[in-house]
Amino acid sequence: MKEQLQKDFDNSIKNLSLSQKDIEIKKFCLNNFIDKGFPNRKEEDWKFSDLNQIIKKNIGELSFYNDQASTNKVDTSVFVDGLEHNKIVFINGRIEKIDFEYEKKDQIEIIDQSETINEFKNSNSLSDLNNAFTNKCFKILVKKGYQLVKPLIIYHTTNSKIWSKNINLRLNFELDKDSSLRLIDLFNDTSQKNFLNIFYNFEIKENAVLKNYKVDKFENKNIKYSFNNIDQDKNSISETFILSSGSNFSKNEITCNLNGVYASAFVNGVFSLNNEKHHEIRSIINHLTENTKSYQLIKSVLDENSKAVYQGKIFVNSDAQKTDGYQLSKAILLNKDSEFNAKPELEIYADDVKCSHGSASGSLNEDSIFYLMSRGLSYQQSRELLINGFLLDVVEKITDSEIKNLIKNMIGIKE
Amino acid sequence: MDNRQKEINNLKDYKYGFSTDIENIQAPKGLNEDVIKFISNIKKEPAWMLEFRLKSFERFKVLKEPDWQKPKFPKIDYQDLYYYSAPKSMKDKPKSLDELDPKLLETYKKLGIPLQEQARLNGIAVDAVFDSVSVATTFKDELTKQGIIFCPISEAIQNHPELVKKYLGSVIPTSDHFFATLNSAVFTDGSFVYIPEGVRCPMELSTYFRINASNTGQFERTLIIADKGSYVSYLEGCTAPMRDENQLHAANVELIALDDAEIKYSTVQNWYPGDKDGKGGIYNFVTKRGLCKGKNSKISWTQVETGSAITWKYPSCILKGDNSVGEFYSIAITNNHQKADTGTKMIHLGKNTKSKIISKGISAGSSDMTYRGLVDISSKAKNSTNYTQCDSLLMGNKCGAHTVPYIKNKNSESNIAHEATTSKISEEQLHYCQQRGLNPEEAVGLIVNGFCKEVLQQLPMEFAVEAQKLVGISLEGSVG
Repeated sequence: MKEQLQKDFDNSIKNLSLSQKDIEIKKFCLNNFIDKGFPNRKEEDWKFSDLNQIIKKNIGELSFYNDQASTNKVDTSVFVDGLEHNKIVFINGRIEKIDFEYEKKDQIEIIDQSETINEFKNSNSLSDLNNAFTNKCFKILVKKGYQLVKPLIIYHTTNSKIWSKNINLRLNFELDKDSSLRLIDLFNDTSQKNFLNIFYNFEIKENAVLKNYKVDKFENKNIKYSFNNIDQDKNSISETFILSSGSNFSKNEITCNLNGVYASAFVNGVFSLNNEKHHEIRSIINHLTENTKSYQLIKSVLDENSKAVYQGKIFVNSDAQKTDGYQLSKAILLNKDSEFNAKPELEIYADDVKCSHGSASGSLNEDSIFYLMSRGLSYQQSRELLINGFLLDVVEKITDSEIKNLIKNMIGIKE
Repeated sequence: MDNRQKEINNLKDYKYGFSTDIENIQAPKGLNEDVIKFISNIKKEPAWMLEFRLKSFERFKVLKEPDWQKPKFPKIDYQDLYYYSAPKSMKDKPKSLDELDPKLLETYKKLGIPLQEQARLNGIAVDAVFDSVSVATTFKDELTKQGIIFCPISEAIQNHPELVKKYLGSVIPTSDHFFATLNSAVFTDGSFVYIPEGVRCPMELSTYFRINASNTGQFERTLIIADKGSYVSYLEGCTAPMRDENQLHAANVELIALDDAEIKYSTVQNWYPGDKDGKGGIYNFVTKRGLCKGKNSKISWTQVETGSAITWKYPSCILKGDNSVGEFYSIAITNNHQKADTGTKMIHLGKNTKSKIISKGISAGSSDMTYRGLVDISSKAKNSTNYTQCDSLLMGNKCGAHTVPYIKNKNSESNIAHEATTSKISEEQLHYCQQRGLNPEEAVGLIVNGFCKEVLQQLPMEFAVEAQKLVGISLEGSVG
């Protein structure tokens, strides 16, 4: 893999106009990645999902070079109907379109950031890979007091014209004071067996609100890793919803740093898996100052040899008195070969806190099925009704009604 | 303040902190094959036992000390320890208590474990382990009548080699982790219990561990076998003198329950926790593992962990037999600079297996406490259930409480439920108690005892009273 990395790296550097300093940084990151390789099960954070093995088994050798010069045709058929929205379109890892047609142009700034230095906490070798190969890094700045009228949908599309086996994406967002953004990530993959490595960084200033909905619904054979780093100031709110269903393997990692008082973070997730899929959500909520709040709810329905993993951590710093942290994960195993692993973790250094977690996994409740069948439903109908209700609970947590309905329609959950 | 006064003051905090001035035989300092041969030789062990030790030592040489645990500690120099230390008077085994060194008798009397016949605790048979040897076992005759074997493991190696050979290392193999393997190589003494088929052990069996010599590691090994349809309740108590340096205690405990057998293992661990500034104290790195080998068997661990500078242990159950049951009840209290990383592992292999985990952690002062546990239901363990509850109580804002459960469910017909909470003692509760005339310390004691009640109830009567007092004492000075 080393030669391939080196070769592809040299190729991609050639096509970019970078300063010497940037090249040095990229080289440094590349060497870091070459040293460490893909994360494997020996690393605590990857204990349940050995990415190195998964890539080896599903893709084999990777290639990394993407020709960013040639444009891809934007396929408008993937766009969401019935909801007016702003768009960013990624096709095969290249930004093809940035369109804020519904917004005041002077309130949103799109900054091309050349600096690639990575300063995430909890970074791993994948962030090095990302740094080494991302070609363009945009920062989207929502200015003070501006609240986007329409949601922003980021389309992640891959198709058969893809150049390499690996795509690295990077976006930064800054929400200035009193601003708000609703962001939907929509994955649409027709390519086969690629590794997507996505990094988002959010800075949420005082009183700002971020709502991020990640929807990976369409069946595909790709392997995805997505990392969200969210830094929150006083009184800010972040809401993250993850629908984890379509890809062969997917790991969503979310780090929330609650830096300001009264900041709150919500992470909700649904795993709906079948067909030997293996998905993971890992969340780290860092309560760094007093009076912060976090709430997490993850539900899984697992069929046909699928495997879901939830690793959630609530960290409470010694200054973070009056923290309120809650975390619940529930799983229904439908098939005897399905598997649910959880590691709900609490690390607490302050005494005046209220933190709890719960985790439960098991089969569908036979009594409930009996109840429904005795009222005239078939076994299949009862089963569907119960699963529907089980998942609806999480979808109902979405605070934006427009998007809630959109997601309900997408995944076919009835009220 | 003169030294004597200081000592008295210290003893107030930890009343078992005295040391016994006694002449010792020690193995040469350090860890090598000669030392292992020395231990084996002095215990007059058969060749297969020495082989077992040397095999373990071979394996130990390639192992690395683990470092994933939460409490970090300075590197232990394994060559700077004595691996065997025994009172000189024990060299030629005294045949009866009358021949036993009065100093030893006095020590145990001071610890509240009288060994002489007239003062023995009723209904509890005691095996007293002093540094590396077992000095006395009480009620031996009564037990023998029922066919129960309760003796030091070094004696069992001589007298019951077939049992020891069959079961030693069957739950904790010589190829296990670092500290367990070290123990397999150098273990000195401990208790051996065999309950024959269909026998319900008429009294509590108990071992009292005492570390006395300085710079000595204690490596005891306990092996308990409950044959078909038998029952035994076993208690373990431990204390050590106050010394400024840290001492290592790395024991291995193996439990084997055959068909329909039940083992109840209770520990009240009160090793010297170090002084208020975190100086000294025992490193308690113990491997405890029970195997529910037969169907319908049951193993239940109860632990009250109040001592040790660092406690690092996970009493586990391997539920191999169908319908077997594993239980874990724990109270862990850390104060001052104590650290604990403890919990359990429940490994479900058989059908219809059940496990229950109740863990209560209390941290005060500048201490740090971690619950770390694993519940693993394998794909063959149909219809299994687990219930876990771990609650932590924080007292003061310099301490930490952490919960790290690993939950693996590979069977769709099995259910796992896990709950954990972390909080502090509520002002309302304190206020209520104080209003009714309790001082703050008593109020905290009362609330904490209530918090721990579910676990304390699991202890045998005699221990429960002691443990309840211990809970109060351990938290002294942590209020306000």
